[in-house]
Amino acid sequence: MSAALLEIRSCCQAFPKADGEDLLVLDDINLTMKEGEIIGLLGRSGSGKSTLLRLIAGLAHPVRGSVVYQGHTVTGPAPGISMVFQSSALFPWLTVLENVELGLEALGLPEAEIRKRALAGIDLIGLDGYESAYPRELSGGMRQRVGFARALVVHPNILLMDEPFSALDVLTAETLRTDFLDLWNDGRLPIKGVVLVTHNIEEAVLMCDRILVFSRNPGHIAEEIRVDLPHPRSRMDPTFGDLVERSYVALTARSAPTRGTDRIAFSGIDLVLPRVSANTLAGLIEAVAGAPYNGRADLPVIASTRQMEVDDLFPVAEGLQLLRFADIEGGDIQLTEIGKQFAEAGVDDRKRLFQKQLFAHVPLAAHIRRVLQERISHEAPKRRFIDELEDHMTEEAAESTLRAVVAWARFAEAFAYDDRSETFSLDNPS
Amino acid sequence: MRGTIPISVEQSRRVFTRWDILAVLLVLGFLVFVGEASRHLLQPLTELQATPLSLSPARLPEYAARTTLRMLVALVLSLVFTFTYATLAAKNKRAELLLVPLLDILQSVPILGFISVTVVFFMALAPGRVLGAEFAAVFAIFTSQAWNMAFSFYQSLRTVPEELLEASRVFRLSRWMQFWRVEVPFAMPQLIWNMMVSMSGSWFFVVASEAISVGNTTVTLPGIGSYIAQAIALRDLSAVFWAIVAMLVVILLYDQLLFRPLVAWADRFRFEQQAGVVPPQSWVLDMLRRSGIVAAAVTPLGRLWRRSFQLSQFEPTQRASLKQFGGRWGYRIWAACVAAFVAYVAWRVVTFISGNISLAEFGDALLLGLATLTRVVVLIALATIIWLPLGIIIGMRPRLAQRVQPIAQFLAAFPANVLFPVAVSAIVALKLDPNVWLSPLMILGTQWYILFNVVAGAASIPSEMRDVSTNLQVRGWLWWRRVAIPAVFPYYVTGAITASGGSWNASIVAEVANWGSTKLKAYGLGAYIAQATDAGDFPRIVLGVAVMSLYVVVINRIFWRPLYRYAERKFRLE
Repeated sequence: MSAALLEIRSCCQAFPKADGEDLLVLDDINLTMKEGEIIGLLGRSGSGKSTLLRLIAGLAHPVRGSVVYQGHTVTGPAPGISMVFQSSALFPWLTVLENVELGLEALGLPEAEIRKRALAGIDLIGLDGYESAYPRELSGGMRQRVGFARALVVHPNILLMDEPFSALDVLTAETLRTDFLDLWNDGRLPIKGVVLVTHNIEEAVLMCDRILVFSRNPGHIAEEIRVDLPHPRSRMDPTFGDLVERSYVALTARSAPTRGTDRIAFSGIDLVLPRVSANTLAGLIEAVAGAPYNGRADLPVIASTRQMEVDDLFPVAEGLQLLRFADIEGGDIQLTEIGKQFAEAGVDDRKRLFQKQLFAHVPLAAHIRRVLQERISHEAPKRRFIDELEDHMTEEAAESTLRAVVAWARFAEAFAYDDRSETFSLDNPS
Repeated sequence: MRGTIPISVEQSRRVFTRWDILAVLLVLGFLVFVGEASRHLLQPLTELQATPLSLSPARLPEYAARTTLRMLVALVLSLVFTFTYATLAAKNKRAELLLVPLLDILQSVPILGFISVTVVFFMALAPGRVLGAEFAAVFAIFTSQAWNMAFSFYQSLRTVPEELLEASRVFRLSRWMQFWRVEVPFAMPQLIWNMMVSMSGSWFFVVASEAISVGNTTVTLPGIGSYIAQAIALRDLSAVFWAIVAMLVVILLYDQLLFRPLVAWADRFRFEQQAGVVPPQSWVLDMLRRSGIVAAAVTPLGRLWRRSFQLSQFEPTQRASLKQFGGRWGYRIWAACVAAFVAYVAWRVVTFISGNISLAEFGDALLLGLATLTRVVVLIALATIIWLPLGIIIGMRPRLAQRVQPIAQFLAAFPANVLFPVAVSAIVALKLDPNVWLSPLMILGTQWYILFNVVAGAASIPSEMRDVSTNLQVRGWLWWRRVAIPAVFPYYVTGAITASGGSWNASIVAEVANWGSTKLKAYGLGAYIAQATDAGDFPRIVLGVAVMSLYVVVINRIFWRPLYRYAERKFRLE
């Protein structure tokens, strides 16, 4: 009864870096999916969960290992695997009905059959009356419903979902999730299994039978969490809360850069910096420093009171840890002495503290200052540092890292950057 | 509720409506028009030459019809070219390496250059028949339309959102289906806009393409263009006037019957999913949509079309990548082949020219080019000084902008030749220097691109930004410098690029002006090419065209392209 629907065998994926070497983004992924399962891929951005989904969809090919579906290796988009996209990816020039019919047309079905199945799908997903509307006339939630109908009418065995609720507001997302779960639990969906990519922990616990927690550098499955709660699940259920807490711990335990001498000694300028503004960092410090936390807080609690999702919160926490304003351990955040001083300080002292931490703990910032000091003109082009960074990371990450360091340096008045001429310099305009 | 319900969804229960009558009339009218205008194609050429063009206004509708048909055929050919050439360039890395630079150069070759080099070939295709000459004329019009359409389509193909492509692959759309259901719709709004620009461009050269005169080969095909040429040769002012009226009518008809329906129809292909903007309307499109007969005729066609999607199979291959080359070495070998081919062509051109022309004359041609360059620069600068502020003022007033836009687009289509009578008479009467006073003719048609791009830019300044500047009391020069000009700058650059390219092209027409037997000539590369064309002096035509292409390509590379990128990066309001 629980035959393997899909098997992923030691899959690795890598992308070329600027210096010609490959950057490993997925390392040795193994997964067997049984019939009737909803599997959640939970992780931070950059942990490779979306990459894995694309491998299953046949949109990309692993450099090593294989994806086996119904006894055949997946070499391209397979019939029987369909997908719901984050932004719904509807064709704006087709009506709701035409969008839903598109996949059926590609199957080469007779016209009467196409119409019948499309209308049935529209009916199932609650889109009656919207057949002739264009996507631009619909709200985000309705658009995503069309995305679901389009993916379901081709009667797939496996439905892939790439953060399908993350672009929606909280209420709409909840309605759509509940509707989907109702249909699934009533056995009214023509599918045998679901793979859901998400960075929302509660969503994962609410929907999935198994949660695979992904970790970064390179992306791998850090932990597997089983959810045996019956549907419909309640957030008030203590077990639910435990599972959320467990997921948080799993996410924080491995994703934050490991501390310790070996790591620090190794991490020169090659550290990919999170794009978080200094004001956001200050905001989290103040929140943790204030009542009722008084310097130590539970991350899930902070997240829910500040209405932040994992992807919003973690880069901030990671930034604080990087600059030694806070420590993160077992799903908790704890301010360091410097962090507490920062919370107390006024504007000028904050800048001074921030500058000190920046030069002490962000090698790239120290490096840029050193280069600027050594040059007679006290100026250096952006290109110089980008080239250096690209030896260690992708083009995109290099650009993003440099932008992050510029933003922090501006707050700390550490050095200046002129975007028009793309040059760094020591003197700030006074 | 807009009338955009797809025909196939609604059960057709309609009876014969007034829309049907109109639609049938329109279709029949079109068929009659095509038949009438193409009847003469197989006539021998001698008959055409025996019956000179009549300047009677009564003949104008017929001439206008023939010109219109030629442009339509050229437009269809341009579309075919666009769909094949641009698709190949976008889909095949190997082809891209060759096709894109080639298109860049083709775009900079003056349109008259194409005519003079190819006319003999086309005449030979149907010896002694009008058809051959028609080929040549249609090809000439084609060259004024195809390049920017192909470029726009190529750009669109490369910017189709990744998600849509992924969705089409997940749902296993075949290549053929993906092309028609995803890529063409995405490219459509840009493509239609470029078709309109192309149409304006081809009006500008309508005289040159119908009254073909290269050395001993002289063909005058009946049409508005040759009518104007004849009127100028005979100094018939009233005929010139009637020609302008006929052109106005044809341009309006094109707008109402072809472009407006197309724009209204293509509105649903807009990718930005914004609500609240008033969609463009067209009575022709409404009529076709509401007519039951049209629906009955279109539905089976649509069904057949969808059938064709099933004939091609889904291929689970990856998108274009380095692998297509067979690795890095395959790429290098292919690049070397292309380089060798280009070197060979260049060598052939050089030997062809140098066999007949001394090095000194090559230097002269470069100097002539410099003279034309100076004119282009000065004129663009002048047009900027005039139209940038005016365009901003107009664009800030939406109702005025709506009225000015179509007028500017009409003026862009206006061929400079029809103003020659005025220009030449004035220059002769006032004893002015033709080197200076012929120049404005070059920018006559092209300055409007600056105007309507700036108007569009000013109209799209967010109202919040205007409110802020009002709130902060930013006025006068500060307002222009800090708010208005930066906000429209990317639009201005787009317009100026089109205007500058068009002006180079126009120099061939504008640097030599005739009015009867009075002939004025300015010192410049355009005049050089025009004269060589008149004399049928092929080495000099090739030299002139090559030098002009060189100037245009170099200026695009070192000036316009960097400026465009800078404007995009710095001032794009998004």
